[in-house]
This record gives sequence, C-alpha cells and structure tokens, in this order.
Amino acid sequence: MKKTQNQKAWFMVLPVLLLVAFSAIIPLMTVVNYSVQDTFGNNEFFWVGLEWFEEILHSERMHDALRRQIIFTLIIMTIEIPLGIFVALNMPKKSGLWTSLCLVLVALPLLIPWNVVGTIWQIFGRVDIGLLGYTLDYIGINYNYTQDATAAWFTIIIMDVWHWTSLVVLLSYAGLKSIPDDYYQAAKIDQASRWNVFRYIELPKMKGVLLIAILLRFMDSFMIYTEPFVVTGGGPGNATTLLSIDLVKMAIGQFDLGPAAAFSLIYFLVILLISWVFYTVMINSDKGNG
Amino acid sequence: MAKITLSNLAHSYTKNPKSQSDYALKTLNHVWDDGAAYALLGPSGCGKTTLLNIISGLLTPSSGQVLFDDKDVTNKGTTERNIAQIFQFPVVYDTMTVRDNLAFPLKNRELTTDYIDQRVSDVARMIEIEDILDKKAMNLTADIKQKISLGRGLVREDVNAVLFDEPLTVIDPHMKWKLRTQLKSLHRQLGHTMIYVTHDQTEALTFADKVVVMSEGEVVQIGTPTELFEKPAHTFVGYFIGSPGMNILPASVQGDRANINGHDVKLNTEYAKIDGKIELGIRPEFISLSSDPTNLPIKINRVEDVGHHKIIRASHQDHDINIISSEDTEISANMRYVAFDKTRLNIYADDWLVEQ
Repeated sequence: MKKTQNQKAWFMVLPVLLLVAFSAIIPLMTVVNYSVQDTFGNNEFFWVGLEWFEEILHSERMHDALRRQIIFTLIIMTIEIPLGIFVALNMPKKSGLWTSLCLVLVALPLLIPWNVVGTIWQIFGRVDIGLLGYTLDYIGINYNYTQDATAAWFTIIIMDVWHWTSLVVLLSYAGLKSIPDDYYQAAKIDQASRWNVFRYIELPKMKGVLLIAILLRFMDSFMIYTEPFVVTGGGPGNATTLLSIDLVKMAIGQFDLGPAAAFSLIYFLVILLISWVFYTVMINSDKGNG
Repeated sequence: MAKITLSNLAHSYTKNPKSQSDYALKTLNHVWDDGAAYALLGPSGCGKTTLLNIISGLLTPSSGQVLFDDKDVTNKGTTERNIAQIFQFPVVYDTMTVRDNLAFPLKNRELTTDYIDQRVSDVARMIEIEDILDKKAMNLTADIKQKISLGRGLVREDVNAVLFDEPLTVIDPHMKWKLRTQLKSLHRQLGHTMIYVTHDQTEALTFADKVVVMSEGEVVQIGTPTELFEKPAHTFVGYFIGSPGMNILPASVQGDRANINGHDVKLNTEYAKIDGKIELGIRPEFISLSSDPTNLPIKINRVEDVGHHKIIRASHQDHDINIISSEDTEISANMRYVAFDKTRLNIYADDWLVEQ
C-alpha cells in the first residue's frame, strides 16, 4: 500500500524560516557576497573569487590579532574556571537570607551593561583619579594602561575576570546544589578527605554545567569587543587589539569591505570549529569507558 | 562488632527546643544487641533517619549518649565509630571503576595494596559482582549500584554495624526481593549488627529479628514480627502493621465485657477499672461475618477480592471495620453482623495497650 504523504507541515515551518532568513541568513549572505568581490566605489563590484580569503589567511596583522586573542582567552579561562569553582564551593549551601544576599552580590557584575563595565574600569585604572591606578602609582608601581602594554593587558584581564567569573560561580553553584546529601554522608562514612570529596563527587557531578560554562566563556571571550575597546581602544599600539577590535578597524575604520567580510567568515568558522571540537571531545569522554 | 547502647537519647533540629513537639527524636533508651538484625519501621518523618544518623555519627544528638560496647562515642565522628551505612539513593563514585569504588574506604585508611586487593576480591565474591569489577561505576543499574555501596561498607572487616537507610526505595520490584534475600543471607554469614530503616512493613518483617516501630519521634514498640501482629503495644502499631491495619473502635470496658455503642462484646479476661480514652482493637483477620443478631451490627460497603482472600469494607455507625475472610466465604444478604474472636481482642487506653 502506498503511504499518503502530507506535505502541509512545511507551511507551518514557513514563519520561522522567514524570521531566520531575515535575522541571520540574509545578513550572512551579504557578508559572503562582499567577501568574494572588490569595489572601487560607485556601487561597482568586481568578482575576485577567494583572493580576500587568501590575503587574510596570509596577513601578518590577522595572525597577530589571532595570537593575542588566543592568549587572552586562555588566560581568562585558566583564571575564571578554577576561581569560579572555588567561589562556588565556598558559597553558603543552606537557603536563607545570607545565601540570597551572596547570590545577588555574585550576580551583580553580570547585570551591568558591557560598555559601562568598560567605563568603570577605564576610570578605576586611571592614575590621576582612579582608585586602582592611583593606589598602584602611590605605592610605587609603574602602572599606566594607556602607555604600557603589560598594564593594559593586566587591566583587561582583571576586568574580564571581575565581569565573568560570576557566570562560572552561578553555574557551578547550581551543579553543586543538585548533589544529594547522601553522597556527602557516604563519603564521610568512607572517610574520604576533602580533596577526594571534590575529586570524586563534586567535580564529576559538576561536569555538565562546567562544560556549558567553558563553552560560554570560550565563545564570549573569543568575541569580546566592547569592554577592551572602551578601556584601551586596542592600544597602546596594537597591544590589546583582539580579533573583533581588529575586524571593526578594518571594516569601519578603513572601509575595506571585502577583506573584512572574509575576515568575519574565517572568524566565525574558527569559533564554530573550536566549539564543536571541544563539545564533541567532552561528550565522548562520557561514553567510551562505559 | 559491638553492642550499641542509646541512653536518654534525644534530638531536636531547632536550637532551643521548648516543647516535646520540637524534638525530631524523643527521649529513647535502647540496647542494640551485637549481631542482631533490626528493622526501624515507621512512616516518613517519624525520626527513623535521624536516629540512624545519630548512631552512625553523621549527627550529634542534642542530649543523651551513644555507647559502643561501653565506650562513649557520642561526640566521635564517623571515623572512630567505623560504621557502614547504605543510603536511600545509591551512592557510587561515578568516575571510578567498581574495583576502585570498593577499595576507596580502605585506600582512605592507607592500608597495604595486597590487603586491599584481597579484601576487594573477597567482598566482590560475597555480593556477586566479580564479573563487573573493572567496569566504570557510572552506567550501572540502581540495584548494582546499591550493591556496590553495600560492598563499600562490608569491605572494612572490623565494621561495628551496618546501617541501611531505606536502601531498596529506588530498586525495581523484582530486584527488591533478590537483594533483600541476599542481605538476609549476608547477615547470617557475617553476623554484623544490622539496622534497617524502612517504611515498608513487608521489608521490615522479612528482614529483621526485631522490629522497632516509630511514630512521631517516639519508639512505640520493639518486638518480633509476631508480637507486633498479635499484641500491638500502641494503636499506631496496630494500624501501621497489617494490610489492612487493625480495626480500632471506641468502647467502654467493665470487667470482662466491652460496650461498643450499646452493643455488648465479651472479652477474654477481666479488666480492672481503666481511665482515659478506651478503645478496642481487633485485626481484620479475627473478625467473621455472622447473621446472628446478638453480634455487632454492621453495614457492608464493598468487597475487595484480592486473590487468595477477600477484604470486606464495612462500617458500624461512623466507624470503619475491615474484615478479611477466606476466598470461598459466601456473603449473603442477612450477614449484617460481625463476631470477634475474643482471644484476639486488645484493649487500649489513651492509645497504649492495657495489659491483661
């Protein structure tokens, strides 16, 4: 017997398809469009194929920005993930006023608009009026983030840690709260040390949320723009010019639409690739040994 | 192994308990004999787990003492008490293999590798999990996980007692039977003192030599399954044990006669004058339907046929009366009375059994 096929369901998908088309696919396609063409103004475009991609992939400038970006992301992740877990472990467990207060305090940095975060640290670090800058200068440390590359890096890393560790704390805290009391009691009966409790109970149980935390922190930090732009503007020189800052300079500052479009697509694919590899590895490490 | 003595033990979760109702566990004196199998039976929230955690040292009691043999361990932690405890939720260390799970308590005590290997393989044989020793503990079924957590308790040779906190709650029904039988045979084999907390009367009665029944933080009766069935010391025990539980009817008692709403019931013995709220208790098994109008009149509401017997749900005025009768009993329209087996009647004053 022949199966009747009802194709009406496709109409139901149509609204969402349109929505996605306008919000994502069409804008993305214009970028693709720019990336394979060159223009000399007057709205005249010439087909150049993959030339822009080749140029970007071989450009010293892109390599430097990518290197800075990877270093930045690695540093903030090696600080934020362990620090977040550590803070979560020391948060009060019982629900009550004190716990709520702690949670609100921890969540506070996440609620501040990104350019405000940038402004806060921009002022905080100033040697003439900022509390941090003034104090460091007063005790004799040469700190000036507008001139010294190390100071600039120090500032944007501390800022990111301040801004985003809370996310790791909240996620880890949620993971910790979901561990039944029985586990801790059993560990006590088994005479497990504090480290073993962490290593064999808390860490395995937090694995799921930590995976999310690491993914989110990787993606967000790899795309970071607003805060370092407000604080250092990519300087001094190009010292803190991360990928997205460089991209904006290229696209809007120099109006090199073709190379910028190719840059965007490569940037996007790099993030997608790393996230995918990371996710697959983490998920598969769960199985395998079963 | 040790005899465990609880002396004047009480516990409250509030800091400054004022009235009796602030206590999760009311004053209790009891000796757990070395090597016996006990069940702690009671509904949820009656203080069973509190009592268990006090014995294992996870909880320090508000007042009173816990003695192991004659040593006071009230303020000692779990380490000194050396107790095995199995929890409601099967606890295994997910990232370890089953072998490492079993070895964990011994490794924490820094014993020699040879000894640990020996003990682990012994225990694995005992609880029949030798074939999965090298698997990761993560993806196993709940009953195997529960066996592993039991194994982690038994791996210590000198363990003083094995405590179970509703260990079969999350286990599939057909595995419950098997595990329970295994527990029982382990007890015979090893002779550890075992205390088994449960709210399931079948579990309690099949596992234990002695059942401790608790209600609202109080131990209401300690006895063998037979004693609990035949002579419940408290109306709660009568009601909680048995399916359906004991019928409790308000009555007045004079000499060897009880009076239920103006209907006379002959008792087995003479009672002296009793004060308080008097009730008569009789198990559904010892009531029979009758057509003799000298007996207690009832109204039959419904008959449930549960296979090998019938449960008759009846009432006398406002009071429910359950009757269990054999499968082949014919119920006719004129059977509007019930007769009690007078040797099985219990009299309660203010909920406590009046001794004859």
